[in-house]
This record gives sequence, structure tokens and C-alpha cells, in this order.
Amino acid sequence: MDRRKSIKSIILGGVAGGLALNGCKPGTDSDAVVPEEAAVDEKYFGRTPEEKEQIAKLNAEQFFNEHQMETLGVLCALILPANEKYGSATDVGVPDFIEFMAKDIPAYQTELKGGLMWLDHKSNKDYSVEFKKATPEQQKVILDGIAFPDEKEPTYEQNFFSLVRNLTVTGYYTSKEGIEDLGYKGNTPNVWDGVPQDVLDKHGKSYPKEWMPKFVDQSKRNVMAEWDDDMNLIT
Amino acid sequence: MQIIESSTMYDVIIVGSGAGGGMATKVLSEAGLKVAVVEAGPFFDPKDPKQQTQFKWPYESPRRGANTVRDFGEFDMALGGWNIEGEPYTQKNGSKFNWFRSRMLGGRTNHWGRISLRFSERDFKHKDVDGLGDNWPIGYEDVRPYYDKVDKLIGVFGSKEGLINEPDGFFLPAPKPRLHELYYMDGAKKSGVPVIPARMSMVTKKVNKDRGVCVYCGQCARACQYYADFSSGSCLIFPAQNNGGQIDLFVNSMVREVTTNDEGKATGVLYINKEDRKEYRLKGKVVVMAASACSSARILLNSKSEQHPAGLGNSSGLIGKYLHDSTGASRGGFIPSMMDRKMYNEDGVGGMHVYSPWWLDNKKLDFPRGYHIEVWGGMGMPNYGFGFNPNNFNEYFGEKVGGYGNSLRSDVKKYYGATLGFGGRGESIAQESNYCEIDPNTVDEFGIPVLRFNYQWTDYERNQAKHMQQTFEEIIHNMGGKVLGDTPTLEQDYGLNKPGEIIHEVGTTRMGDNPKTSVVNQYEQMHDVDNVFIVDAGPFVSQADKNPTWTILALAWRTSDYIVEQFKKQNI
Repeated sequence: MDRRKSIKSIILGGVAGGLALNGCKPGTDSDAVVPEEAAVDEKYFGRTPEEKEQIAKLNAEQFFNEHQMETLGVLCALILPANEKYGSATDVGVPDFIEFMAKDIPAYQTELKGGLMWLDHKSNKDYSVEFKKATPEQQKVILDGIAFPDEKEPTYEQNFFSLVRNLTVTGYYTSKEGIEDLGYKGNTPNVWDGVPQDVLDKHGKSYPKEWMPKFVDQSKRNVMAEWDDDMNLIT
Repeated sequence: MQIIESSTMYDVIIVGSGAGGGMATKVLSEAGLKVAVVEAGPFFDPKDPKQQTQFKWPYESPRRGANTVRDFGEFDMALGGWNIEGEPYTQKNGSKFNWFRSRMLGGRTNHWGRISLRFSERDFKHKDVDGLGDNWPIGYEDVRPYYDKVDKLIGVFGSKEGLINEPDGFFLPAPKPRLHELYYMDGAKKSGVPVIPARMSMVTKKVNKDRGVCVYCGQCARACQYYADFSSGSCLIFPAQNNGGQIDLFVNSMVREVTTNDEGKATGVLYINKEDRKEYRLKGKVVVMAASACSSARILLNSKSEQHPAGLGNSSGLIGKYLHDSTGASRGGFIPSMMDRKMYNEDGVGGMHVYSPWWLDNKKLDFPRGYHIEVWGGMGMPNYGFGFNPNNFNEYFGEKVGGYGNSLRSDVKKYYGATLGFGGRGESIAQESNYCEIDPNTVDEFGIPVLRFNYQWTDYERNQAKHMQQTFEEIIHNMGGKVLGDTPTLEQDYGLNKPGEIIHEVGTTRMGDNPKTSVVNQYEQMHDVDNVFIVDAGPFVSQADKNPTWTILALAWRTSDYIVEQFKKQNI
């Protein structure tokens, strides 16, 4: 029987004295607990009202200006350029993701803005042109100077680059295209029945014989579990 | 401000809806008692599409799952966290206790690890072994029938192993280990560390008609819309409602105190409705505290009256004392032979498929109690943080770290799924000197005095953490792996987690036969107030190297049976 049709109890939003929220009264059948056909809230992925509000607030703010966003677009595409199959990090929207994260984690802000400023400064000095308008060769020369951090004492510019690279790579691989590029196969209902044989063979692994009876027989997963008195599963 | 009073007289008022509160709700309502459940957070049902995070993709979140708002990441199903706005807690003597609170129906059972272990006879009587701490007034045989019933009602997978300190249960069959777990099994074997199938409350086989079977998405921490894992709402409270129980759920209702009469007996609770911020009173014949070890202690300590000047049922002065959490330390490793993996779905159940129960004799070691080892790894779903430092492992091959361009794509793929790690979860000795108390100077936004923590680890716990680190490093080396990071030093407590961080806090209202040295009796009934019971982890005398939930559930059932019996005998 559907739980929602048989419920005799109610939810009281803290209100005592028999005044029930959701329009139901004590002792009566009610299906008011959870709306069965509630629309899936695609946009807010299970957010509480407070969480929604906070996201809307961050989205209403603009952290980077137009020039900074364009510079970020050029930089992200240098970090993860398009290849024959997939677009660049910029193509999949990473600059917008970084814009959001800069607002979400304010500790990033100075480093990001200052770093973008440094890119223009360096480019202006060496090539008399802003970073975003420099040639790809010139841009790469600049990046080569900051993309391989000193192990012991990385410089400010190197830290800036590492931060943007981290955000770019994470932004790319958490995008729809990036997950496909990576080849991640999960996040879907399925039946796990062990490591594929060719993988076991490649790694020289096998399931110990004495373990086999302990494992779930997936052909009987929908058969109701029953035990004997000695704790042995008999179904 | 006037207190708004309900005319309803409840048989039982249950404060909190987590594991203990859920079990009490089910058993008491099914016995025909009229029950009120008072929960400080909102209603939550894992089936509600509006609240669901299961099967969401990282790109559905603008922060891609980062933990800016929810402490365990955007998709974790715990509303609340280490810090709740408007509800502070404070520290004493340099303590750094971290307190995790979930405010929602079902509490922390909506996101927990589902590791479901029974305490053994030794765990209940460990003082007999090493002279430390105290024995419980009950032993394994007292609790065993309830563990059996919990197994069958809720479902737990595992395997019969016949290990004396890891009592077997009525297990559902175990899922096969994943690749990193097979590596772990081989690596642990070389060091003589036993490995057995994990024991967790996901349903790998049908247990009843109302709950689905596990779909192996690995997302139990997001709460399961098929009800295939244990959470208090899906497995206890909703079924109890289905069975026709007389249950009134009061949500967003924050209990301030338990009210009493002239004889010092409980008469109900006083709560604040968070929506209208007014005070309400509920009347009940019995009050069952299930708000979590620390929250229940706080409510009781705040329930002062002429008859109970030090807080309700606190003539022993021990409410809040003997607070203890599991110890924890962790370590990760990179396994070169697991590079360049073939892609397939290995999400599995949420968490581990195998683990190592404690295997050594503490008489030969410089710390008195054991720990178990939990394992993580695999080709998980990318989330915020995935791909940070994408080629740091290059250093192991004499190659440059850093750079940019398409080579990063191959670096990410090469190293994907080639790391694994361990968490040690151990037993600490309960001490009277570790406690929570009411801070006389601080209130929360509802005007309720808050808790102040005083908690220090001792060398027992530090030495145990040191042993964990040595074990983890050895096992990683056995797998041909590289240990990540430097070995934590004595100054870093050998990587020992701060108290509270393992979220197994117990002991604040401990159980015993002597009212001078304990707060509740073996039926979790307050010595001083016979119509108040405590069914969260407060009554734990000791923690064991086990996760507490299965024991909370078993004891809550045992206590609820006792309450029903008292009603029948008209003792209440």
C-alpha cells in the first residue's frame, strides 16, 4: 500500500493545539506529507530555501569585469585547449565557473584579480600588448615562466597559475563534456557484480575461493532474505 | 511572552528523530502508544524529488559540489554541519572539540557511513581486561536479541566469520570487493592484518516489500530514494506511520527543556517553534531523549528546577561528563600499477566493501584499545577538487610537475583511480575530565544557553594514532605504492583527528547500576526521574572500536520494550 495514502499521523510544523499544517487533521487519512508528483527541481538540486537564496545572491553579483573575463577565457583555453574530440575549458564554460567560485570562496579573490593584472603587466612590458591580445606564442612564453612551480618556494605568480589551473581542470572534468572525456561510467542505477575478468587478469588479482560464498548472488537479489536460527542465509 | 500549550496528553514525547528516536518511535507507536516526535530541523524524505541530491551531476551545482555550504560537499544529505548559524558552542582550556549536528527528520542517519558493527562481550566489559574506564552494567547476551532483531528489520550485509570480538549477525550477502580493495587485501595480508567483508546497512537483497534493493551508485551519503540504505525516516518513522501508529511529528521545533512537576517527575517539554519563534508546551507521561549525546545533555542541564537544581536527573553531577569520540587518523597512497585504468562503473555501495577489524593484543602495545581500518579508493564521480594538482605524481617518475595544455588531459586519465586511502577508527578511554557543560555566558539565537566543551586527548590516543600511521605506511608499501604526504609527528598528534571529528560522540549520560556514578540504569531510564529515558549514544559507558549506530538502535529497542512493559504494569 502507498504509505502516503495510509498515513494516520501528521506533521506539525511546530504548531501545537491541533492546528495542522498541510491541511490535514489528526486522525484522518491524509496524503499531504509529500506531494507525490512534485516537480523535480532541476535548477536547485535539492537545495534548501536558504541555500537557494544564497546561490541567487552570488549569481546577482559580478566579480570579474569584462576584460578580466576575456583574459580568463584566453587563459583557460591555453590551460586546457580543444582537441580533436572535445572543446576547450573555455568552450565548456569554465570562466563562468571560476567567476562563481571567486564569489563563493572570497579567499581566492585577491590572488585571481592580482594574477590577471600581472599577466597584462608582464605582456605589456615584454610585448607592448595586453595578454589577451598577445600571440599564442607570446602567451605561452609568459605561461612557461609560471607553470612549473618551484618545489620549495613557489612565487606569487606561480601560485596564481596553479590556482587557475586547478580551477580550470576541476571545472572542465566536472562539466558534462569533461565527464564524458574522462570516461566516468557511474552515477546511475546498476548491479555491481565484481571487477571485470580482463581487469583482474591485467592486475594479477582474483577473488579468493573461500570468499565466494560470502558474496551476493545477484540473480537472487530480489528474493526475500530468510535465515536459519544459526544466522545462515537460506534464500 | 505567553507559552502556548497543547491540550493533547501524549503517552510518550520523543526528542529527536535520528537512530535512537526513530527506533523508539517505531516500537512505541506500534505498541499502541500515542507519540509526539519533536525534531529541531525540517521534514525530510529521501523520496522527495525537491530534496534529492542522489544522481545529480556536479555541473548541476554552480560550485560543482564544493563544501562551501554543506561541510561534506554540496550533495551530502546533512542539513547542519560543524557550525550552525545562530547556534554556537564554545570551548574551554584550549579544547578543540568539533560538534557535527544535522537538523532534519532522521538526523545524521541520512548521510552516515552505514558501518553497522556489534559490540562484543569484551567491548561491554573492557575494564576486566585492562583495568581502564568502566564496565557496562549489561553484557553482550543482554543486547544480542536486539542486535538480531535490528539486523532482520533494517538489513546489514556482511559475512559469518566466527570472530569473538566481532560478533556475527543475520547478514545479507556482501558485495564483491573493487580493484583497490583487492589490492588492499593483498597488501594487508603481507602485514598480517586480517581483511573481511564490510558490515554495512545497505540492502543487497530484499528485506521487505517497502524497501528497494541497492542500486550500487555509491551515494548513500546523499540519502537513498529507494530506501535501500538505513536512515531513520525511511526505515523506522515512515513504516511506523504506515502501520497506523499515532505519531505527531513536530518539525522545526527546538526543545528548550523538559518540564517537571512538584515531585520532580517529567511532565513534558517546552520547545520553540522556529517558524514563529514562540514557546510551546507539550504534555506527556514519558519523555524519551534522543537528541544526540551532547544535545540531550544540553537539554537536561538546561532543565533546572527546585527538585533538580543541577539539571534534570543530574544528582550525580555526571551529565555531560565522560564525553568521548572515536579516535581517527588517515593516510593515502598512490599505487603505480593502478595507473591507466580501464573504465567501468565501480561505484559500488557508498563506502567500503571490505575492512579490517582490530587484530592485535594491546598487552603488547603502548596503547590500551584497538582500532579498525576503513578503506577508500576507486574511480569515483568527479566533484570540486578533482584534478587539483593533476600531475603531482610525475615526481615519482622524474618528470616535471606542472605545465598546461593537452598533456594535462592524459595526466588526469593516467592517474584516475590510482590512489586509495585508509581511515583508522579506534577506541579512546572515557574520562570524567572530558565533558560538555552549559556555558554561563552564551546563548543561541533562541535564547537557550549553549554547550561549552572541555576535551583533551591523552598519550593513549596519540600512541594509537602513531600505530595507525605505521600500519598504513607499511600496507601502502606492501602494495608497491607511494605514501602521500609526510608522516605526521608527535607535535601533530600523529595525525589524530580533533575530538568530535569522527562524529561518534558518546558517554554524556552514562549507564550504570549506581546512581552516584551513572545517570541512567541499564534500561536507559534516569536514576532520578523514572519517566525520562535516553536512547541516543549518551548512555554509552565506552565506545569500543566500533561505530555506535547499531548499538544505539539495539539499546533503543530494548529500552522501548521496557517502556511498553512499564505502561502495561501501570508503573508509569
